[in-house]
Amino acid sequence: MLNPEIREKYEVVIGLEVHCQLLTNSKIFASDTVEFGSMPNTNVSVITLGHPGTLPKLNKKAVEHAIKMGLACGCHITRHSVFARKNYFYPDLPKGYQISQDKTSICLGGTIHIKTKDGVEKSIGLTRIHLEEDAGKSIHLAGEADTLVDFNRAGTALIEIVSEPEIRSSDEAYAYLTEVRKLVRYLEICDGNMEEGSLRCDANISVMPKGSPVFGTKVEVKNMNSINNVKRAIEYEIERQILEVEQGKAIQLETRLFNANNGQTYSMRVKETMNDYRYFPEPDLTPLVISEEWLTSIRQSLPSLPQELFEKFTSKYGIPEYDALVLTDNKEIALYFDALCHYTTNYKSASNWIMGSVKSYLNESGLTVSQFPILPEQLAGLISLVDSNKVSNSVASQKIFPAMLKQPSLSALAIAESQNLMQESDTNSLQTLINEILASHPQKVTEYKKGKKGLLGMFMGEVMKKTGGKADPKLTNELLSKSLNT
Amino acid sequence: MKTYYSLKQITDDLREGNVSCKKLVEHYLFTIKNKAHLNAFLEVYDKEALDRAQEIDHKIAQGKQGRLAGMVIGLKDVLCYQDHRLQAGSKILDGFVSQFTATAVQRLIDEDAIIIGRQNCDEFAMGSSNENSAFGPVLNDADTTRVPGGSSGGSAVAVQAGMCLASIGSDTGGSVRQPAAFCGIIGLKPTYSRISRYGLIAYASSFDTIGILATSIEDTALLLEIMSGKDDFDSTVSHTEVPPYSQKLSISNKLKVAYIRETIDSEGIQESIRNGILKKIDFLKSEGHQVEAVDLPLLDYLLPTYYILITAESSSNLSRYDGVKYGFRSPQSNTLEHMYKYTRTQGFGEEVKRRIMLGTFVLSASYYDAYYTKAQKVRRIIKEKTDELLAMYDFVILPTTPSTAFRIGEHTANPLEMYLADLFTVQANVVGIPAISIPNGYDENGLPIGLQVMTNYFGEERLLAFSKYLMEN
Repeated sequence: MLNPEIREKYEVVIGLEVHCQLLTNSKIFASDTVEFGSMPNTNVSVITLGHPGTLPKLNKKAVEHAIKMGLACGCHITRHSVFARKNYFYPDLPKGYQISQDKTSICLGGTIHIKTKDGVEKSIGLTRIHLEEDAGKSIHLAGEADTLVDFNRAGTALIEIVSEPEIRSSDEAYAYLTEVRKLVRYLEICDGNMEEGSLRCDANISVMPKGSPVFGTKVEVKNMNSINNVKRAIEYEIERQILEVEQGKAIQLETRLFNANNGQTYSMRVKETMNDYRYFPEPDLTPLVISEEWLTSIRQSLPSLPQELFEKFTSKYGIPEYDALVLTDNKEIALYFDALCHYTTNYKSASNWIMGSVKSYLNESGLTVSQFPILPEQLAGLISLVDSNKVSNSVASQKIFPAMLKQPSLSALAIAESQNLMQESDTNSLQTLINEILASHPQKVTEYKKGKKGLLGMFMGEVMKKTGGKADPKLTNELLSKSLNT
Repeated sequence: MKTYYSLKQITDDLREGNVSCKKLVEHYLFTIKNKAHLNAFLEVYDKEALDRAQEIDHKIAQGKQGRLAGMVIGLKDVLCYQDHRLQAGSKILDGFVSQFTATAVQRLIDEDAIIIGRQNCDEFAMGSSNENSAFGPVLNDADTTRVPGGSSGGSAVAVQAGMCLASIGSDTGGSVRQPAAFCGIIGLKPTYSRISRYGLIAYASSFDTIGILATSIEDTALLLEIMSGKDDFDSTVSHTEVPPYSQKLSISNKLKVAYIRETIDSEGIQESIRNGILKKIDFLKSEGHQVEAVDLPLLDYLLPTYYILITAESSSNLSRYDGVKYGFRSPQSNTLEHMYKYTRTQGFGEEVKRRIMLGTFVLSASYYDAYYTKAQKVRRIIKEKTDELLAMYDFVILPTTPSTAFRIGEHTANPLEMYLADLFTVQANVVGIPAISIPNGYDENGLPIGLQVMTNYFGEERLLAFSKYLMEN
């Protein structure tokens, strides 16, 4: 563990490159199906395999997805961009070049707003977002000398989101990635699944003495398959680099791989020997021109974004920031809450229900919000039953809510009535009952009057017993105190 | 059987019952066999062509034939034809079978053209003599000690020697026009993007055009008409309307024609070629057309610009031939690096490797701006200057080649000398305009001479009409 004092002397500079596999039905330059988990080399047309004579044809959906992300991050959308060939040899790269973008990316600039776990808010600038095609996968089977190649993934549409080197800690990187993942999921352009590789992150990390005018030599770290592993890799790398510098060694310009088993990074290749990608404009595609109409229609199709919903929830509905943050973490949950708020004005109670009973039901059942059986208007009905003192909170959550899950077609009121769960709040009948109970316990009444005030609970219990728990606790308390004190 | 020079002649005889498609195919198959020494065909689809001929004869009997019924064509070995082998004249595609048919080829098949075989060419269409084929050189039927030109040498000789009525080739810097000139036939390179490139093996994508080799302007026009137009598989193809080229082949008005002074005054140009073009100039003048000499000061920049850009693009286009997925893989592929190194060393010929090396060099980070970027700029300037010229003149005429067919082996030792054979043809590719080579007599050795005509973008209609006019007079 690095001495915190030494750690303090250094500033960390991190830039992240995030690749997102776009949720398009077909590939970026071919009509092959995009499907995770197909048998190897089944979604491969002659175009994907780079057969002689084939040409790419741009998938418009991929362009729209990239623009959506650009708009969500406040990027400048390049109205006339060209694709470029990035040339390098690798067995999983069928054409010997990757169609990407170089000098004119589809989105330039923009920012990602983050909030770290310590509550620090910050805007991380983006350099660009560009479109490109994915490569296939090389597979090394245990005990096999040969490398196998699966081209199913080759040609899948990707966007690469490149941040400015403005991230200063592993916590910020964690928050940045969480935010990026949340955004792509809100936009429904990527499933954000790092384990399956549909969202991938490479980190460029360097350290420099605090206040230094020049950045240290950067090291690129790859192969992190979760946001947490990105954080771990960065932490390891910061320590490793600081120790090197402290020992007077120079940091190598290199690419390192993260090993999740021991949390360490190890060198993959030194940059001097790396490819010169010989980018040049892709002559097989015409320049990508984005018309005003197209851009407008994409802008209009944008869903509400987490930040917008957070603002709405805190200002319009007045719920606490914590609640708003939890609710907006997942788009479906946020939209369910928003819908629920159309049917009730008790926003805090709505938030409590979702963060409590609804979420724990979803967690236990493994269902998603779209599969959740209770409609927002029905849940609002339950909230209003509680608010009007017709049922108690505990009856609502322990009896009516589970019943509604089983019979989603019934309203909360119908369930409460049919199961005789309505609260007794009729003053006259309750008073009669209290009078009877007090009359049958003269000894206890005397003790109470002598000062044994704790007996109130016993009387409450009797009332509840007789009413089967339906008596309105507040009213009962009121009436009991009054009767006993006269 | 009599020799046919146009589809019209064939159609007339088919109608009269003087010939059948089957007989035609048999005749061409006989000629191919008879002239096998020319090495024009890499593969002959004899049985298939005969079956197809019978099928089309049947259609003719029912009056249901397509517009190309009776047209027997050959395909340069760079055009995809489903379930047929495709090698681009290269060892590196050994055993490769195309899984789809090029859009242009499919359109010909749909109109009942009969495809008789796959034709020899320079490896990956790189060459001007057809000496760069992995399958040996093609010989010129006018003089078998001479080259047929390239890269579509097999395609030109097949038409020259009567092995098929027309051939479909490709033209990146003159590969259709130059062999057409050497073989005394017509070679058309249409406007870039006029015909879909889907199914044409890429050499230099921003220059490549499918072209036509034929003996009549009518056939050239009809083939162009059928192959042209938009295609969902090529996003660079033009959506400009395709006129019925074959219907409008006459000119009525007086024309403004330019000839490029340097191409005629140059020391390097063969006397008989100069005389041939001067004769045409005199004829046009006598007919009342306005013919003027113009300067093209950028002539010196054409070849360097062309070679920098085409080698850059081809170095990338040929990266896919790596031994991983199809074609040849070196038996010495025991590691990844060895697989790449030996497969490409053994699979590609000298000229292809030279161009890949050059292209990789001009795209490399340290030389990119000095070569690639500069050549892109010069290309734009050449385009602008050519546009200016074509705004003032209907046509530009110039020799197709500085010399007639040279001897086999004459320039193989010196690539630069060989590259000069493209001097007059590359402009049309650098700019993207259509150009045609038409026969213009013979030199003192009886070797064919070609005359080249260029016109503005998508001016194929007038280009063909003017060519017909020149050929008839």
